[in-house]
Amino acid sequence: MKQLLKLEPRRKVAALAAIWAALMAAPFWMPLLGGYTALGTRVLVLGLAAMSVNFLLGFTGVLSFGHAAWFGIGAYGCGMILKYIALSTPLGILAGTLAGGIAGAVLGALIVRRRGVYFAMVTIAFGQVFYYIAFQWSSVTGGDDGLRPFYRQPLHLGVATLDILNNAVAFYYFVLVCFALAVAAMAFILRSPFGRTMLAIRENERRARFLGIPVELHIWIAFTLSCFFMAYAGSLYALVNNFADPRGLHYSQSGDFVMMAVMGGMRSFWGPLLGAVVFVVFQDYVSSITINWQIFIGFLFVLVVLFFPRGILGAIRRTVVAS
Amino acid sequence: MSLLQVKNVSKHFGSLVAVNNISMTVEPGELRAIIGPNGAGKTTFFNLITGFFTPNTGRIIFDGRDVTDLLPARRVWCGIARTFQVTEVFPELTVRENLRISVEVASGMRLRAWLSQTDDDKIRARVRELIEMGGLAGKADRQVGELSHGDQRATEIMMALALKPRLLLLDEPTAGMGDQETYEITQLIRRLHRDGKLTIVLIEHDMRVVFHLADRIMVLDQGKFLAEGTPPEIAANKAVQTAYLGQAA
Ligand SMILES: Nc1ncnc2c1ncn2[C@@H]1O[C@H](COP(=O)(O)OP(=O)(O)O)[C@@H](O)[C@H]1O
Ligand SMILES: [Mg+2]
Repeated sequence: MKQLLKLEPRRKVAALAAIWAALMAAPFWMPLLGGYTALGTRVLVLGLAAMSVNFLLGFTGVLSFGHAAWFGIGAYGCGMILKYIALSTPLGILAGTLAGGIAGAVLGALIVRRRGVYFAMVTIAFGQVFYYIAFQWSSVTGGDDGLRPFYRQPLHLGVATLDILNNAVAFYYFVLVCFALAVAAMAFILRSPFGRTMLAIRENERRARFLGIPVELHIWIAFTLSCFFMAYAGSLYALVNNFADPRGLHYSQSGDFVMMAVMGGMRSFWGPLLGAVVFVVFQDYVSSITINWQIFIGFLFVLVVLFFPRGILGAIRRTVVAS
Repeated sequence: MSLLQVKNVSKHFGSLVAVNNISMTVEPGELRAIIGPNGAGKTTFFNLITGFFTPNTGRIIFDGRDVTDLLPARRVWCGIARTFQVTEVFPELTVRENLRISVEVASGMRLRAWLSQTDDDKIRARVRELIEMGGLAGKADRQVGELSHGDQRATEIMMALALKPRLLLLDEPTAGMGDQETYEITQLIRRLHRDGKLTIVLIEHDMRVVFHLADRIMVLDQGKFLAEGTPPEIAANKAVQTAYLGQAA
């Protein structure tokens, strides 16, 4: 920790402390602003998903437009364990994460040679395949109605039992811990030699290749890691809703995640979380006023992209650095 | 034994024969220049050696090993590094980060998720060394994209050098530079060759640079071999004078 303080510019450490303090205190300050705890839980999970998309988009320079597939497979995997196999929350998360991550790894191996728009198109196409499977295979997935009923189970922590089903605050903290673990893993990877090869590929694929980086292999690893993070977020999302929705696999859901990442700032680590905050708050408040809330968020998105090409966080950062 | 043997390579782009049956042998420690008018096929020839393209015909032997069918990254692992005619760096990263990536890849650490303190110290020291050697000390923590053309070029050359190559290919290292920058890059190449005993092949338009640096020169014209020899031999060659030098004079 001492070393961290020495190495990092003070401003960065202060920002980091502020983010974690705000997250840890959310159940206390959110009601004051008219929010409720479950809204915070949703932000964490969707924010984690947007950060997972951005792990690939912002740090490897690869745009996947089908990441909702891994999110959805994670949700169904987790839900099916709880519904059909075992009443265990950790087992559900584990199974969902593995299912989505492994599916992503297999698919990734087939598509890493594609680039740019072609890559995005193939990811949409494959994502839709999973969407239709979830939609059609009613006997297992519940079809159009989604997978239900299942319930997140209390956590047995040896000495005590944590009732995350009925206690919204307890569940928030459980999700916050899960979130922190994933985010720490992402940050750790991005600071490693492997993480720097991701940046190298984003910056200049040709240069990376002619430094001796086997670019396809590295993109595949980054893609696979991103799918695991995504499926993990999806598993948590099943717990948030006690429900897995086929629409969660649809490409429009993938689009929402990309939108959160771009709106928040895809060159910044925390940007997508901010994007998720804006998105979820908009969804929650504006949808209570008008059913056309998506028009408003679309409009907001256009404004951000036009006036803050580096996203909201990118713009904030520029202002802070300039001052 | 020769370090590099290029045997009768050709490369076609549709009906255009960009490289037509060219052979070249480079000895260890040699500094070879390739010259020729625009469109002569020089860059394409480099692209064949480094695996950017595979030749339609011919073989490439590096250090006794046939590398003709190897992918670019594998040829780098064999010890062939290059720079590009249009500088290729990681523009939004700092000079230090650019070099660090290169050093880590060269140390076989590219898949590592974790570095020990000792490894980290070693890498930092090596990066500092390269920064010094490239004359980039004052600019190490600036984004490469913001630097002058000459400094970007120096960064690119040091990135290639960080790979500890046995053969360094430089495609027009002084292109688009002023006199001072040209002088500095020329001095850098000279040091690498004389002091570092590095084998270098360079494509160059600036004849002062070529005649100053090269042990031997190969001349291409419209994809075809025109001549090869020491700088005085090339200067005296009638065919070269008509095709190229005469044109410039
Ligand atoms: N990728 C490519 N596709 C089609 N034609 C190419 C390609 N690369 C080079 N050429 C053509 O091959 C010829 C040789 O180009 P190049 O090797 O770049 O010449 P030089 O480096 O000597 O100026 C030129 O006519 C060029 O237009
Ligand atoms: Mg050229």
